[in-house]
Amino acid sequence: MIAYIIRRLLAAIPTILVLIVASFFLMRFAPGGPFTSERPLPPQVLANIEARYGLDQPLWKQLYDYLFNIIFHFDFGPSFKFKDRDVNDIIAQGFPISFTYGALSFLVATVVGVSLGIAAAIRHNTWVDYFAVGLGIAAQALPNFIMGPILILTFTLWLGLLPGGGWHGGQWQYLIMPVIALSTSYMGSIARITRSSMLEVLNSNFIRTAHAKGLPTRTVIWRHALKPTLLPVVSYLGPVFVYVLTGSVFVDMYFSTGGLGQAYGGSALSRDYAVLLGVTILYGILTVAVNLLTDLAYAWFDPKIRF
Amino acid sequence: MHKHTGLLIAGFLSSTVFAGAALAAGTHLQTGEALADDQTFTYRILDEHSSVDPQVVEDVSGAEIVRDLFEGLMNQDRDGNLVPGVATGFTTNDAKDVYTFTLRDSAKWSNGDPVLASDFVYAWKRAVDPELSSPYAWFMELMSIENAAAIIAGEKPLDDLGVSAIDDHTLQVRLSAALPYFPQMTTHSTTFPAPQKVIETHGNAWTKPENIVSNGAYILTEHLPQERSVRERNPLYWDNENTIVEKVVALVINDENVALTRYMAGELDRTEVPAGQFPRLQKEHPAEAISFPRLCSYYYTFNLSEDGPEAFKDPRVRQALSLAVDRKIITEKILAGGQPEAYTFAPEATAGFTVPEVEMSAMTQSERDSLAKELLAEAGYGPDNPLSFNMIYNTSESHKKIAVALGQMWKQKLGVQTDLGNLEWKVFLETRGNQDFDLARGAWCGDYNEASTFLDLLQSNSGYNDGKYQNDRVDALLAAAKISDNTTKLYTEVEQILAQESPIIPIYHYAGVYMMDSDVGNWPVDNVEQNWYSKNLYKIAE
Repeated sequence: MIAYIIRRLLAAIPTILVLIVASFFLMRFAPGGPFTSERPLPPQVLANIEARYGLDQPLWKQLYDYLFNIIFHFDFGPSFKFKDRDVNDIIAQGFPISFTYGALSFLVATVVGVSLGIAAAIRHNTWVDYFAVGLGIAAQALPNFIMGPILILTFTLWLGLLPGGGWHGGQWQYLIMPVIALSTSYMGSIARITRSSMLEVLNSNFIRTAHAKGLPTRTVIWRHALKPTLLPVVSYLGPVFVYVLTGSVFVDMYFSTGGLGQAYGGSALSRDYAVLLGVTILYGILTVAVNLLTDLAYAWFDPKIRF
Repeated sequence: MHKHTGLLIAGFLSSTVFAGAALAAGTHLQTGEALADDQTFTYRILDEHSSVDPQVVEDVSGAEIVRDLFEGLMNQDRDGNLVPGVATGFTTNDAKDVYTFTLRDSAKWSNGDPVLASDFVYAWKRAVDPELSSPYAWFMELMSIENAAAIIAGEKPLDDLGVSAIDDHTLQVRLSAALPYFPQMTTHSTTFPAPQKVIETHGNAWTKPENIVSNGAYILTEHLPQERSVRERNPLYWDNENTIVEKVVALVINDENVALTRYMAGELDRTEVPAGQFPRLQKEHPAEAISFPRLCSYYYTFNLSEDGPEAFKDPRVRQALSLAVDRKIITEKILAGGQPEAYTFAPEATAGFTVPEVEMSAMTQSERDSLAKELLAEAGYGPDNPLSFNMIYNTSESHKKIAVALGQMWKQKLGVQTDLGNLEWKVFLETRGNQDFDLARGAWCGDYNEASTFLDLLQSNSGYNDGKYQNDRVDALLAAAKISDNTTKLYTEVEQILAQESPIIPIYHYAGVYMMDSDVGNWPVDNVEQNWYSKNLYKIAE
């Protein structure tokens, strides 16, 4: 197991390197640059700016300097758009925010989704099932960019209960709407996957055997059915975890939370190479880490899997 | 030397009428209105500002904050007239290429240091310093400051810049060419003073709330990127006793509909009205929905370069297309925010600019349409030889609606085929800048309140002339306007040539369309550049 983890971590290094190099070049191929603007800068002014950010160097040199600074100084460079901030600053400020509302959304989506799915499967073809399925589908049909405005209209304008946006250090009033908006559609998907997986497990031979040897239903479900049920759910949760943790452009856009999602989306549009690349690397590392965790989780859920 | 104190006194009086003294205790001294206890002004900004460093900031919302935090030589009043800032006045020589500003000795930085002429010298050198590489370095070139261009190009040392401190309170500026509107340009944030000691101590981090030292009516007390920034009254500001608003909060809200909802919920004092919603809001909230002209133009530009389509080289074709645009439909049905229709490039709101009589503006739309048909037929386009071209615009709901409407009008009236291209902003800029289009959307807001800020775009060698329009007469007229005292005749002729040759299709001039809480007093609706200062606002008790 330990050997497996070390092997996976070592394999992650070339993966991340490939990610950096590929993103680095792809970004440069996109038309326009960080300093293309409505008012084209006079050539001399542009030349000074490019010299300051090293953009006048050949691409290989830029890539080399970039990697060198990351590896030896852990410095992801200055932002091209926000002149008094650098990428480390932007990530340090945005990531904790995204992480907070992302982790909460993940928790809500998983707990509520799995509970709904299990309830629906156990009470298959009863009103509980119909209710859970109905709720799941409705939730899935409401992506966060629809939920955002609806929530603000309801809770801020009509009911006057919650502030319409902002973060304020993560006070609870400011967390409720972002978490609901971000978790609903995942919750719907998780409920659906859990339900169908549970139904399948409940129909399998070993469950019938368990019932046959006289185990109480509660034990059958919790002790025997739950783990295999969650296997497909876990493989879905891995990518969702990375996605919600790294923030959502829409949540940041509608609720002015100041998370990393907006910084990421915005940097792509403004061609802020350094921010875009810095956040991409962060996402890459998170993805690799979460994939590893997911794989390790498989071993716990399914005794047949061994590393 | 000519004294310009007359202008200054007039400006100063007009500004004191409204913005003048009023103190904490309840009523506004000039208007007699009861003041609210909570003097906090909260407004929405679309996007996180680029910086609050005066020499570095390049976006409108950043400049709004910088105008509160710092104060330059001159300010603008509610009508856009020049009023004293740190400078109490200025003099100029006959050639109008040397300006001497006298600085008030009561001006202080927020750390208690006096604001000296050397702070301006430092800031202006900083603006052109290749090492800082300010994106607004070109503004110093535009101001024609001696040697600015050569310093930016790295050909001359910083110390050669044509600005010097004669003594602590006298600043002298030498220009490479006469510039009658030079003092107006000192209201721009690039020219604001900078605190040398603080910048040298903290480097790039000097603009953080814990480090920043500024000389304006407010100091930055909080900045949460992508969320909010807060500025509060600066007790050391020389005119602090006339400041009424205590605290100004800028909230970043990317989505304009969400911003409107939050405005309705009472979280904001000001927000923009999304396109098309103004009539409804005006009906429901007549005291809050406001619209006023702005110094910006919306237009389409023909590609007249070598790569451009052959058809557009014929002025009759261009004129026909311009004539067939029913601007009323665009301003009244699509935008519906009180935007004026445009038949000239420079907006009517421009100071000292009288909109010249161009033929088209006096005609009815059906007269324009029939003339358009005639012109296009004369040029050899019709049912047998239909005109077709592509038109590009950048992603935005209202640009799209306008492009679709234009295509529809041309198709119905002239049988013209258009191919619409919706491009992401940076791709759009690159495509347009490379003349890789037939017809492209354009928009321009004045850098200063004078018609040349628009018309110079159509000068043959202008870097902004994306359509590559060339006309020697226009170039000559614009060059003459630079040194003329009476520009009306010159600008009129330029606009008439533009109307005749139609290198661009002016469509509408912008309006500031806001929801503004009725308890906000003294918003400068008549300042077409919308250079507003929080120190001139106040909140009325409800």
